[in-house]
Amino acid sequence: MTLSSSPGSSSPARPRRAVRLGSWSVRPAPRAPAVCLGLAVTGFVVAVLAISTGEFTVPVPDVLHALFGQGTPVAELIVGKLRAPRVVTGLLVGAAFGVSGAIFQSLTRNPLGSPDFIGFTAGASTGGILAVVSGGTAVHVAGGALAGCVATALLVYGLAFRRGVRGYRLVLVGIGANALLVAVNSYLLTRANINDAATAGAWLTGSLSGRGWDHAIPVGVAVAVLLPVCAYVSRPMRMIEMGDDAARAMGINVEGVRAAAVVAGVLLCGVATAAAGPVVFVALAAPQLARRLARSPGVSMTTAALTGAVLLTAADLAGQRVFAPVQLPVGVLTAAIGGVYLALLLRKDRH
Amino acid sequence: MPESAARLSGSGLTLAYDQRVVAEDLDVTIPDESFTVIIGPNACGKSTLLRALARMLKPREGVVHLDGSVITSLPSKEVARRLGLLPQTSIVPDGITVADLVARGRYPHQRLMRQWSRADEAAVAGAMRATDVAELAERIVDELSGGQRQRVWLAMALAQETPILLLDEPTTFLDISHQIEVLDLCADLHEAGRTMVAVLHDLNQACRYATHLVVMRGGRIVAEGDPSAIVTPELVERVFDLRCEIIADPQTGTPLVIPEARRRACAPAALVEGS
Repeated sequence: MTLSSSPGSSSPARPRRAVRLGSWSVRPAPRAPAVCLGLAVTGFVVAVLAISTGEFTVPVPDVLHALFGQGTPVAELIVGKLRAPRVVTGLLVGAAFGVSGAIFQSLTRNPLGSPDFIGFTAGASTGGILAVVSGGTAVHVAGGALAGCVATALLVYGLAFRRGVRGYRLVLVGIGANALLVAVNSYLLTRANINDAATAGAWLTGSLSGRGWDHAIPVGVAVAVLLPVCAYVSRPMRMIEMGDDAARAMGINVEGVRAAAVVAGVLLCGVATAAAGPVVFVALAAPQLARRLARSPGVSMTTAALTGAVLLTAADLAGQRVFAPVQLPVGVLTAAIGGVYLALLLRKDRH
Repeated sequence: MPESAARLSGSGLTLAYDQRVVAEDLDVTIPDESFTVIIGPNACGKSTLLRALARMLKPREGVVHLDGSVITSLPSKEVARRLGLLPQTSIVPDGITVADLVARGRYPHQRLMRQWSRADEAAVAGAMRATDVAELAERIVDELSGGQRQRVWLAMALAQETPILLLDEPTTFLDISHQIEVLDLCADLHEAGRTMVAVLHDLNQACRYATHLVVMRGGRIVAEGDPSAIVTPELVERVFDLRCEIIADPQTGTPLVIPEARRRACAPAALVEGS
């Protein structure tokens, strides 16, 4: 793929250094620890800013007091009930999309293997629209999105399966499914009454507006359960990137690892879409940005999660503040940022 | 239990991809500490046999034994500490350095909490020295020449530190000097005590480097043994449909196959007819 240029190829790479403590030992990519720390700090700063600013400004010290202890009742209300759940949902959804993207880009060995492109997000949209059209509540829409995502994944995986699943087959079948589902979504919207169409349209852009703890907690649980699974399979997945035979020769159960990764990736994508709607480009951009930041070979789960979280919360903050009082849904911003980013990548790769 | 005491053997192997049977009822023993070369015309099943020996392909019938156990009954990671495979084609991860790629060969020796022991470090350094890629350690693999890249893949397989190493057409995409370079390296590894098994295309190279030759055609083993003892004009004609003369390799004394030249009188006539 032209998108996957080698980062840092112009300068000689720095050697990795081992970190050992007793029998425990790791060997991180040279910049990975610093990048992770930087992203975590950035995420925290963005989160505090997002909570602090708005129609009613809560000074940063009050935000910290409200978050980590006792704040004034007003600050507690605004921070704890109104703004914190939105920011936390954003962080979690961003991380989920980032990891989901990292998983599918690794499995397909292709940056375009993101859930955005291989139909999973479109399938989640179909589920969401169907719930809106049939007069469902927000919970139904979320459930519809999750069900749509999982059903599409089963369909794509099943159609692509032939003695195991090869990356390019998954991408091709996925792109076909995506085209089909986008058509179905358009059809559903044209058949819906005007109110439903407007509601569905707003949801389809992807938004964090008005998200409460009832949105944040399910995503939080899903992320807490699935991220350890992803961390566990990330090492064998890196080996599978070299080819199925190469990975098997290293003693890896290729189909088992792949199945676990697909289940985790689909659920993360589905849960994230259920909470925030089909926010585009985070799953595509976060792993690729993370890779270039950390100069690591292939995609990495941890940096992709952190990048996704920062990307989505920063986009949401920008959507709320840049054109204030006009509030833009986060999906508009991620699409714009993602588009610019994609163009820059392609431009850079020409050289 | 296998009849032979050899570490790696296959008995009664029927090998198939889906419905297509590639080889039937194969019995093969890899002599310990040999440099075994499997050779034969295209589509004779030689790579399939190698993949079956490396547990990449589950035989439809028959079993592969490693150290007296059915290979599939052993934990795959345990097998990976005894038997390495360099597949015909592997994918270079984007932007990976030589040192990082070679380090991936240590996977079977690592655990989640022990990802980079001193033994790992020593094995990687040793593998890079043996394959002469140490000075390329921080280069990006994508930017290397084909010959260098193949040496890096070999280094990765070496870092796995397996006493048995299987190579699927390790010279296929290389020019002649890089082919010899890789084969010389394999010979060195063999001399250092490893059991080497390679699928090769070039009969003369096979004769020169193999201590044990397995000759296949149509999914069957036609002959096996010391190249000097088994490679005859009759065998070459039977296996490759090629009439030839065999002389002693002036460098090594091993059999050197000289294909029979086409009769001169035929050539112009054929050209005229063809045009």
